[in-house]
Amino acid sequence: MTATALTPRALARQRRRRALAAFWNAFRRDREGVIGLVLLLVCVAVAVMAPLFVDADELSVTRASGPPLVGPSGAYPLGTDDDGRSVLTMVVWGSRTSLLVGLTATAISMVIGTVVGVAAGHFRGRPGGLLDRVTDFFLVVPFLPLAIVLATVLRDRWPDLPKVLAVIVVIGITSWPVTARLVRAQALAVEGRPYLERAKALGAGNWHQITRHVLPNVMPVVFANTTLSVSIAILAETTLSFLGLGDPLNPSWGTLLDGAYSAGAVSRGAWWWAVFPGLAVAVTVLGFNLCGRAVERVLDPRLRGRV
Amino acid sequence: MTLLDIRDLAVTYRTGGGELPAVRGVDLTVEAGQTVGIAGESGCGKSTLAGAVLRLLPATATVTGEVLLEDQDVLAMSWGKLRAVRWSEASIVFQGALHGLNPVQRIGRQIAEPILVHEPGTGAKAAARRATDLLEQVGVPAWRTGSYPHELSGGQRQRVMIAMALACNPQLVIADEPTTALDVMVQAQVLALLRDLVRDRRVGLLLISHDLSVLADACDRVAVMYAGRIVEHGPGGRLFDSAAHPYARALAAAFPVVGDRMSRLAPHGLPGDPPDPRELPSGCPFRPRCPEAVPLCAAEDVRLRPAGLDREAACVHVGVPA
Amino acid sequence: MTDVLAVRDLHVGFGGTRRAPLIRAVDGVSLAIGEGEIVALAGESGCGKTTLARSMLGLERPWKGTVEYAGRPLDYRGSGLKGFRRHVQLVLQDPTGALNPRRAVYEAVAEGLRIHRVPGDERELVARALSRAGLRPAERFFARYPHELSGGQRQRVVIAGALVLDPSVIVADEPVSSLDASVRGEILALLLSLRDDLGLSVLVVTHDLGLAWNIADRLAVMYLGRIVESGPTEIVLGAPHHPYTEALLSVLPGRRPIVLRGEAPDPSRMPRGCRFHQRCPALADGRAKAAGVSGGCVSATLPVLAATEDHVAACLLHPVGLIPQQRTPGP
Repeated sequence: MTATALTPRALARQRRRRALAAFWNAFRRDREGVIGLVLLLVCVAVAVMAPLFVDADELSVTRASGPPLVGPSGAYPLGTDDDGRSVLTMVVWGSRTSLLVGLTATAISMVIGTVVGVAAGHFRGRPGGLLDRVTDFFLVVPFLPLAIVLATVLRDRWPDLPKVLAVIVVIGITSWPVTARLVRAQALAVEGRPYLERAKALGAGNWHQITRHVLPNVMPVVFANTTLSVSIAILAETTLSFLGLGDPLNPSWGTLLDGAYSAGAVSRGAWWWAVFPGLAVAVTVLGFNLCGRAVERVLDPRLRGRV
Repeated sequence: MTLLDIRDLAVTYRTGGGELPAVRGVDLTVEAGQTVGIAGESGCGKSTLAGAVLRLLPATATVTGEVLLEDQDVLAMSWGKLRAVRWSEASIVFQGALHGLNPVQRIGRQIAEPILVHEPGTGAKAAARRATDLLEQVGVPAWRTGSYPHELSGGQRQRVMIAMALACNPQLVIADEPTTALDVMVQAQVLALLRDLVRDRRVGLLLISHDLSVLADACDRVAVMYAGRIVEHGPGGRLFDSAAHPYARALAAAFPVVGDRMSRLAPHGLPGDPPDPRELPSGCPFRPRCPEAVPLCAAEDVRLRPAGLDREAACVHVGVPA
Repeated sequence: MTDVLAVRDLHVGFGGTRRAPLIRAVDGVSLAIGEGEIVALAGESGCGKTTLARSMLGLERPWKGTVEYAGRPLDYRGSGLKGFRRHVQLVLQDPTGALNPRRAVYEAVAEGLRIHRVPGDERELVARALSRAGLRPAERFFARYPHELSGGQRQRVVIAGALVLDPSVIVADEPVSSLDASVRGEILALLLSLRDDLGLSVLVVTHDLGLAWNIADRLAVMYLGRIVESGPTEIVLGAPHHPYTEALLSVLPGRRPIVLRGEAPDPSRMPRGCRFHQRCPALADGRAKAAGVSGGCVSATLPVLAATEDHVAACLLHPVGLIPQQRTPGP
């Protein structure tokens, strides 16, 4: 098949496919990355398939069938809580909320952060300066107080809002500035490059410059940052739920920990109630982190080689 | 007195994609008080050659041959001896002076640094005084000792690099593209400075550049490199005016002489590009681009042969009659 | 000869705020490029030649003066400027930086067509532009990426990207300075052939007088924001009037150099009188005094040169061609 037979668009698609294959090959060889990916996939699989294994009754405080506060044993591998619910069941069920919140909140913060970062990098002068100040403001205000205030405000203003949504919004709003900063730095670097000037000389407007030149060169940084952001979001959700701002109807690992803490689990000797949810958080976050760092490593030398 | 004697130097880089022969057998000498120029384009191996003299090449480079610095082989030296030799007997003025200086250190300290390393008996004050003297010798006002690199102009930074190279009074100075990226007037100032220093201190200067016209003017002898080998060498002016090797001729023609009717509205260039060292053609490496190639060129890997008084060129059309 | 692209009494500057000192990058320049003419704009770094070139492309807005295309001043509103861009194109110095590394050659060349929504078969237009720029067969280069090409080929791609819009003028900023020496001739020959075959006008910004000798019909020499000498290349380089041009010529290899002391002064602190007088060899060696003009050198403000086809120089030693004009201060 000669090159002339393919249209340029088909050629571009072929190119992209080959680039993805090359990326996968490189990623595969990174041991940390593979471990992280496996951990991730396990967590996601558990979360997705949870409804198949979990009986709704087992989650209910009143209808649970197990003996209360029993340590890890045959029938209850991770023990039970003080209402007789199997900790294993609750951890499995909690993964759904934790992951959902983590992923969705990250998506929101990525989008806001990228838009603000690219705009701040492209429109210098007063609009850019304004965006910078807004970003700085959100960066400087400490996360926890801001999150608590936002959660409280949302709860009071819109009491009908599903709590899960409230948590997602809170995390999304408090974590976009970090992405925005990163994206802005990369966007500024791209803005200085001659091919942007050439695009301007060709007659390109702002939209063309941003979508065809700045954004494609900024996306690798965004992707590498995404996986790391997810772990931060999951930890944030855990924290908020632990503080009681979560949704008791959609328990997450944080809610579990909160429950264990308020019931005084550890001092009563029921260590399994607190440890296993905590481990679940740690393992998931570790998975995302390993993956994210591996993605950075794989993308970086290739970028360096090309540009 | 021969300061530098390079014999059959070959440097090959081991890369992920195979072996890369950057230098493929080079012989070169530099005498005291003499300026020798090496001309060539990207990929010809001239910077590798410069690095090889002081063993500054990365670990992936395999170096064979001999580099005799005042009759001692640099390539066979022990590490301790090499460190002593570096800078005190031979020093380098690097390419791209903008990046050769530490941006967060004042230039006085940077010039004094090699003095303190190589002559540990010298106190900090004495070293600083010598650094200030050196600055004045290269034409930078003494009060600049306390300045940072970004406060200086491009020409001044290059002079600071030269001062650094002279800090330990070496016998041999290698200047790798010292005037690239400088304005023509500043370039003239820097070249005049180098010429004066060579004359006053009787050092040997190895000047590397892609600009053959500059080398022809500033050097006693010029060697033209292509694909890792020297393809022609001889006295500077004569090589530029009447080069024997087709590549050297083309390189000379690329820098037209203002006032020469032959080059008015007639730019001379070579088709194609400088060769990839990994994929050299059989026979003469210049053959694909040579306007005077004959079938013999594909078969024979031509070596240097006499081409006049004190000149040699590696071309089948030169010397031995066809 | 009609003027395709011209500037009249142009003043462009930067700064003037508390943080950045006022820099008069272009401090009064009149220059015209005719149809099918190659004009070289020469000078050292900081003289303002790049700013002038960018202003002529509409990439910088002037404080004063006009940029005219085909006799009409530039319309800096969006649509007017976009239309102008089809006729005047840019070739940058560093071909590696000028191409987006993530876009194939085809996309890089087609970009202009897409921005201006040029009707016609895109594929054919791209192929034709690549061929004209010397990349044949064009189809073989469609799918290549910039990092797979050599420096000379990249520059040809950039030129093709400019040619595809069928411009009347190309502004080339140091088009060959980052290319290997043996490759330069081909690119310069390409520019000449574009002039000969397509009637293209070219403004070449360069610090290399040899390049001007090689391809330029006219040469304008800039110093500190002003054109100090201009005229047909052979006359300016053969019998220069301005001492700065003389000095630049003298440092070319093979001549007896007049090495100027120091470096070009800070454009934010312009000297009084002739802006070159502090480094002027004619003032230093007494020629100016002998001609009786040395008083004027240090105090008189020289008017803006009209850089047209005649040989003019902004020097009191050769007063022909200086237009009397009020020097107006910038904003």
